[in-house]
Amino acid sequence: MFEAILLTVITASTPLVLAALGELVTERSGVLNLGVEGMMIMGAVCAFVAAQLTGSPYAGILAGILGGGIFSLLFGFLTLTLVANQVATGLALTILGLGLSGQIGEAFVGQPGIKLQPIVFPLLSDIPFFGRVLFSQDLIFYLSVALVIGIHWFLFKSRTGLKLRAIGDSHSSAHALGINVIRTRYLAVMFGGACAGLAGAQLSLVYTPQWVENMSAGRGWIALALVVFASWRPWRILAGGYLFGAVGIGQLHAQILAQNLGIVIPSQFLSALPYAATIVVLIIISHNRRTTLINTPASLGKPFVPDR
Amino acid sequence: MTLSEGPAAVPLLSVRGLTKLFGSFAACNAIDLDIAPGEIRALLGENGAGKSTLVKMLFGVLQPSAGEMLWEGSPVTIGSPGEARRLGIGMVFQHFSLFEALTVAENIALSLDPKISLARISDEAASLSKAYGLPLDPKAHVADLSVGERQRIEIVRALLQNPKLIILDEPTSVLTPQEADRLFETLFKLKAEGRSVLYISHRLEEVRRICDRATVLRHGKVTGACDPKHETPASLARMMVGSDVAEVHRDAGTALGDIRIEVRNLSVPARTPFAVSLKNIAMNVRAGEVLAIAGVAGNGQGELFDVLSGEYPVAEDEAIRIRGKAVGRTGINGRRLLGAGFVPEERHGHAAVSAMALSDNLLLARSQSDRKAFLSGGAFSVIRFDAIRSATRRICEAMDVRKSGEDPQAGSLSGGNLQKFIVGRELDRQPSVLVVNQPTWGVDAGAASRIRQALIDLAKSGSAVVVISQDLDEIFEVATNIAVISEGRLSEPHPAGTLTLERIGLLMGGVHESHSVPEAAHAH
Amino acid sequence: MRIELQKRARVSTLFSVLSPLLALALTLLFGAIMFWLLGKNPVSALYSFFIEPLLEVWSLHELAIKAAPLILIAVGLSVCYRSNNWNIGAEGQFTIGAITGSILPVLYPAWHSPMILPLMLILGMLGGALYAGIPALLKTRFNTNEILTSLMLVYIAQLYLDWLVRGPWRDPQGNNFPITKTFQIEAVVPEILSSSGRAHWAFIFAIVAAVALWFMMRFMLKGFEVSVLGQSERAGRFAGFSARRMVWFSMLLSGALAGLAGISEVSGSIGHLQPIISPGYGFTAIIVAFLGRLNPLGIIASGLVLALTYLGGEAAQLSIGISDKVSRVFQGLLLFFVLSCDTLIHYRIRLIFSGMKTGEVKG
Repeated sequence: MFEAILLTVITASTPLVLAALGELVTERSGVLNLGVEGMMIMGAVCAFVAAQLTGSPYAGILAGILGGGIFSLLFGFLTLTLVANQVATGLALTILGLGLSGQIGEAFVGQPGIKLQPIVFPLLSDIPFFGRVLFSQDLIFYLSVALVIGIHWFLFKSRTGLKLRAIGDSHSSAHALGINVIRTRYLAVMFGGACAGLAGAQLSLVYTPQWVENMSAGRGWIALALVVFASWRPWRILAGGYLFGAVGIGQLHAQILAQNLGIVIPSQFLSALPYAATIVVLIIISHNRRTTLINTPASLGKPFVPDR
Repeated sequence: MTLSEGPAAVPLLSVRGLTKLFGSFAACNAIDLDIAPGEIRALLGENGAGKSTLVKMLFGVLQPSAGEMLWEGSPVTIGSPGEARRLGIGMVFQHFSLFEALTVAENIALSLDPKISLARISDEAASLSKAYGLPLDPKAHVADLSVGERQRIEIVRALLQNPKLIILDEPTSVLTPQEADRLFETLFKLKAEGRSVLYISHRLEEVRRICDRATVLRHGKVTGACDPKHETPASLARMMVGSDVAEVHRDAGTALGDIRIEVRNLSVPARTPFAVSLKNIAMNVRAGEVLAIAGVAGNGQGELFDVLSGEYPVAEDEAIRIRGKAVGRTGINGRRLLGAGFVPEERHGHAAVSAMALSDNLLLARSQSDRKAFLSGGAFSVIRFDAIRSATRRICEAMDVRKSGEDPQAGSLSGGNLQKFIVGRELDRQPSVLVVNQPTWGVDAGAASRIRQALIDLAKSGSAVVVISQDLDEIFEVATNIAVISEGRLSEPHPAGTLTLERIGLLMGGVHESHSVPEAAHAH
Repeated sequence: MRIELQKRARVSTLFSVLSPLLALALTLLFGAIMFWLLGKNPVSALYSFFIEPLLEVWSLHELAIKAAPLILIAVGLSVCYRSNNWNIGAEGQFTIGAITGSILPVLYPAWHSPMILPLMLILGMLGGALYAGIPALLKTRFNTNEILTSLMLVYIAQLYLDWLVRGPWRDPQGNNFPITKTFQIEAVVPEILSSSGRAHWAFIFAIVAAVALWFMMRFMLKGFEVSVLGQSERAGRFAGFSARRMVWFSMLLSGALAGLAGISEVSGSIGHLQPIISPGYGFTAIIVAFLGRLNPLGIIASGLVLALTYLGGEAAQLSIGISDKVSRVFQGLLLFFVLSCDTLIHYRIRLIFSGMKTGEVKG
């Protein structure tokens, strides 16, 4: 029973972790992309359509990554090249993504999807409990864990990661030193888009293998909250993602439990829990202005126009 | 190390006809400049003369619109700071190009070959900083360092690349006199090694002291070259400004009147992680007095201004009195209604909103103090645009604000003209108390002398004036009494005539005098 | 080739006016390409999308019905955005306003009094304002990001409405449909010209709100305060304005207007509460606000344009068999182009071709 719950928690948490990781890299470079929800849903629809057309969920994964990544370029062009307001452009990305995905996916509504199958590691998966939970998962889960490690290494051990953090701290200083601010930020935005796209692919290939309009259901926004919660650190994203995922799964089990016990808790109240939990977590995190100020990349959301 | 030891026949760097256009405006106009190996060359000029634009082109941050550069005799184009570094050019920026959230070693690593490990960079930085007498802890976070220490990072970062030419942009404007002396020793050491230094400054005394030759820029053009040791500050100033700058006049010994600003036991905790806490501040400012507060940037000047202006009121109402009334908990408009005026340091986004018209920026500071004149319609507070525009016109005429158009955006004015407007906006009310933070920061000489004269005249007419400034020349020009702020502590005030530059320097560097009981301050 | 921006010496008045029009033109162009890709004749598709709905009087009434909530919400949001408070939860405030405004007709269906409608409108505004007060409280008290909290509250409001109409407020005689009782006649917002169509007083409210807020922003110290705090909180503090109070002012104002839109929509257009009461007015109003360049008078025009995309979507679905989701794509595209074109107001755009040749493109 516990193992089964844990497995569902992992499935529910993976998209949050992925999308938040991508946004973390984007925000570390000083760009606030509020379009995670839009990129995620674009990834979901691209992945689903590609998987249906090719019959391969792996083609779906690729399409999800590309879909999210290419879609994020729109945001990059507006905010980095045309220095449009990042908040407004992020909203535009979400609005357009929700509309466009509905249009693309319309022909596929109701079709049974292709579920991404787990990759079972022969020996490791035999370890009691942990084996089943950790080593017989699908590719996207493994990717999410690898990304946490990889991004941690990139940010804090590699010189390119140092440059990225430097840009997020002060883009004018970075420019004066000859670091290419705009190019790095484009790459960071695209990486964020690709991660959100992968998260979307997980939704339409693993979590609920079908296409439903608006199936991201606010997860992109929760991922944004998760980045703040994690104070821009990759490992805390992992922890926070699983916490948020657990709340989401917990409410499902609570519904069943309540039903069995004959207690009437309206399902809507339980469904509202993840959103309410996000608000509560945001309050706790932002309550301490000092730590928020220290952790937030100093140039986050500020426009940059190099003088030439 | 041996650098080119040949005769100065082949300059290290030669610049021919270098021009930089921003739109149709020529920030640099056909500049010629030769820098010989092993010389300290001064580049003199007022704010806005084109010095920073020129050195940004030399360091590859900006690309020239026309002209050529020769490095050791052969033509080069410097497309990026990386290329400049590879040639052997190092740069110490005026507004530092440092990253507060990163460590010293990480900051240095960003401009070095990525193959060198952080550990090696730390070691080399440590040994180099020892060799040049610039102590640094590679693991410290920049946010925790003083301005002087930050400049050391920049210098060490430039030296680690073993440059033949080091460019320093206004390096002493943020240093105490003692720190500046230490910097000069480092520069002489560099010169002795055969390296060249391009030293950008508007401080004539130090240019005369350390530079071999000087090139003077005005309005983007080279207007003269000289040996500064054979010039007087006045003759250098004339070359920089193009005409004589009006000298600031002060009558000695104006009689002081009643106490207008009284601060007692004022302690304020730091508001943000990067701010300075104020510790037990006490001061009296009398009618007719200019109290100048000296100090190195980042020692609590901004915080002191914030509490004096009431932008951030304090818990203890009695801690601050304006014209005898306790105002610690009163906001800025309440203090304005008592006759106080305020001029913050930052023009854009604090004293003025850049994207708003001058008339709007007038309303910004005076919507409550001049409520009757500028607003109508009772509770609806309808703005009387005509009254505000005519007041704007009056202020611009009184302060000789040069602008394009009747009521342009604040952001379109030059620093000097905007500052004249911002100061004029307060003077127009004839405030009985005026608190000014860095009145002439980044302002051309003509505007600066006009503003300083206006401050002195205001005091003479019976107002109490507080001038917070990092510019010691300015302080000696305007002050009746001088106090020094260091790490959030304010020294006792001293009559301007009794203080030497050295004494102020020591106070600025944080050598505190024992703080006497607040009552003793009445003695002044 | 690369693109370089050059800051204009002063804001271009020409492009301030042209930018929304340019954005509209680009949206139509891309729309035409999209229809062509879908295998439809672009000309006739655009015709039935954007022209046909304007040709009949009843249809103009429908336009006013759709424009009313958009304008009401968007003028409130424009004050928020100008003061740099990012309320994006208007959809939730709309929903809560609809719920609180419906308390009287749902719980007292037998109360017949002319007082009921004004009370409903006031309750709706109160509900919307209080709901927007939550992110305002969290922002001022705990420094919590209002973007995320106001958005999360949208989901919660929608679930709450869903529970109400399926649970306690469900009409027992409603054949198990999740709807409330139909409101009594006194509780319905009256039509303006009932002889020619359904448009009701919500449109008048919207115009009045827009004109009033235009006056405030243009002539009153309060409007000046909004602009100053939005551009620089520090300069606002220097002026003696309180950013904290501005959070409350702008959020409560926009919440109240969204709430008014919600109760007017439910009372005037639907007649009862049901699980879905809005085709995303709260989000579309964000586009309306930006297309109107955050100017209340501009918002009247842009509200009508966006209302047309809703109507056109329905019309095109019937006449040429295009999914009504196309209208959401149109809306998204429009916002993108508006934001891009606004760059022209502050910057000259130069295309740099390799080899340092500079070609100036637009203005």
